[in-house]
Amino acid sequence: MNVTTPMEKTLLESLGAMRPGTRGRIVHFEADTADGSQADLADRLREIGFAENLEVEVLHQSPFGRDPIAVRVGKMTIALRRKEANIVKVQLV
Amino acid sequence: MSNSTLVAVVGNPNCGKSALFNALTGLRQKVANYPGATVERRAGPMLGNDEIELIDLPGTYSLTPRSPDEAVTRDVIRGEYHAEGKPQALLCVVDATNLEQHLRFIIELRSSGVPMVLALNMTDLAAREEIRIDAAKLAQKLGVPVIETVAVRKKGLTDLKAALDDVLANPEQSRIDFGTSVKDHQRAARKIAADVTLSEGIGHKTTRVLDGILLNRIAGPIILFGILFFMFQAVFSWAEAPMGWIEDGIAYLQTGLEGQLSEGWLLSFFNDGIIAGVGAVVVFLPQILILFAFILVLESSGYMARAAFLMDRLMASVGLNGRAFIPLLSSFACAIPGIMAARTISDPKDRLTTILIAPLMTCSARLPVYAVIIAAFIPNMPVWGGIGLQGLVMFILYLAGIVFALIVAAVMKRTITKGETQVFMLELPKYQPPHWRYVLVGLYERARIFLRRAGTMIMSATVILWILSTYPNPPVGATEPDITYSFVGIIGGWLEVIFAPIGFNWEISAALVPGMAAREVAVASLGTIYSLSGNEDMIAEGLVHTLNNAWSLPTAFSFLAWFVFAPQCLSTIAVAKRETGGWKWASFMVGYLFVLAYLASFVTYHLSSAILS
Repeated sequence: MNVTTPMEKTLLESLGAMRPGTRGRIVHFEADTADGSQADLADRLREIGFAENLEVEVLHQSPFGRDPIAVRVGKMTIALRRKEANIVKVQLV
Repeated sequence: MSNSTLVAVVGNPNCGKSALFNALTGLRQKVANYPGATVERRAGPMLGNDEIELIDLPGTYSLTPRSPDEAVTRDVIRGEYHAEGKPQALLCVVDATNLEQHLRFIIELRSSGVPMVLALNMTDLAAREEIRIDAAKLAQKLGVPVIETVAVRKKGLTDLKAALDDVLANPEQSRIDFGTSVKDHQRAARKIAADVTLSEGIGHKTTRVLDGILLNRIAGPIILFGILFFMFQAVFSWAEAPMGWIEDGIAYLQTGLEGQLSEGWLLSFFNDGIIAGVGAVVVFLPQILILFAFILVLESSGYMARAAFLMDRLMASVGLNGRAFIPLLSSFACAIPGIMAARTISDPKDRLTTILIAPLMTCSARLPVYAVIIAAFIPNMPVWGGIGLQGLVMFILYLAGIVFALIVAAVMKRTITKGETQVFMLELPKYQPPHWRYVLVGLYERARIFLRRAGTMIMSATVILWILSTYPNPPVGATEPDITYSFVGIIGGWLEVIFAPIGFNWEISAALVPGMAAREVAVASLGTIYSLSGNEDMIAEGLVHTLNNAWSLPTAFSFLAWFVFAPQCLSTIAVAKRETGGWKWASFMVGYLFVLAYLASFVTYHLSSAILS
């Protein structure tokens, strides 16, 4: 259970909605499990290197349709599509 | 095999497992700078202690496989890989510049109970980034020996071997409870990494700067396109001189033989059969090596993953994944490693589609075919600012392969391989200056394979073809060249009925049959057939001039169109069968390529005939 005050809540952003140059800190993962297709995604994101409290920065976006994005996570750079990135909820800084 | 000790090399993708494996075994496993370079298990005895059998494995983030290559790693570690026993120890590898991320998988592996040694690899890069890690403390926290290594410079190997011997002699390692979920492992990894890291480092500045340019909205795609364009220009212009030397050498050999042997079947066997046939292919060695040099440099620089990123959107529009771009670009070299590399694609349908379109990528065996026709029919003149027309046509042919591959993929994804859109997730590695040793080893391997093929398969194909082109002897009082009355002439005549609508004469039709074995054999066969049927002056000028005289322009274009789709070589069909698990998809692939090749040639022939007349 994540306890967030209304103030913080307004600042939470989905990673998939962020523009290049914006930064933040990962708060939690929120898989849209309604259709079950994303059940495994949070684990996959963790395995490739996403984790709570890590700093993230959107570095680049595809020249075609601005999707996928390249994200700096900690020391790594990871490319992923915005749809999957949306699972990652970020506190903007 | 059975009484040797198995040690599996495991770790995250792109942490240097294959480089370490090569350093320890002296083998030449492919080393490149992108996640997913290794897609198969490969084993070899360790240098200095052949009791130990090392197994190099595809990199993976966890023991929950997301793609077929990762499944191999899990199976080997669990001892479920075919009849192979469980490994007695693991040689785990982590990238010292990304410890907190790589440790998570090591912690997961700790729970498997197999004793391990940890190689803290790439310590040279870590030092350059001013990262300092307390290896002794890391060993203590993990409860396993930790050895600092630089695999590409063979540093730390002695200590590593000693530690392995030690672990194999005393396999009991303390059990530490790190929890069970991915989240638990992640938390433990970050805690340990934080405890043992003395200095955080400054990051890899070059990578940030280069990405700023290479992934730029405008410059990025232009550079990607420019690299490919430059590659094909270079294939033509740089190879010109060395190809001239090889041609001179072949001509010297033929003239030499004419001086040594009297006119007769033996001279014809050597000059028209072996030298005209094999020589027609060997002359393309410089071009193939230049193409490979480009691909090897791209693979070891870290750019491949960026290309996948840039291409993802385009690939998504036909229902594929950016990751598929890496196997497809590898298919420029050869479709076989390209088809194998499709193992890194997690979705079975995406993977199948990628395998089915891989043969449309212009592999290096098609290079001789394109090059010989271009040299014969396209004038060598500059188009604009140092760009040659020949290189431009070559580039267009490669582009045609890519475009049709995407179209075919789009059609397949809407019909036979329909499915959900898949996840694209790819780590973009740090840029590295190419390791020249690996590039040179890669080139040497390629040259060896190419020349061995020329010496074995292509040679035997041309020998058989020479025999079939020489016998039976022509009847007394024959007016046509002798070859017209031979088996090849007769068979070519039958096939011509099928291929005449697309502008192929009987010589081409006959050459297509051995060309099924491998595409470049088609060129070798044309060399032999025309050498036997032509007059002496034409032969002296070489195949290029012969074709220029013998073929009309529409026929040449039609021939090029045929080879854009050309049903692939036998080895590709065999690999496609193995990777798709049966004849069904392999035969489908052959069938659709044949149909497309025929249609494309038909349209090209009639369209260009109409325009040119």
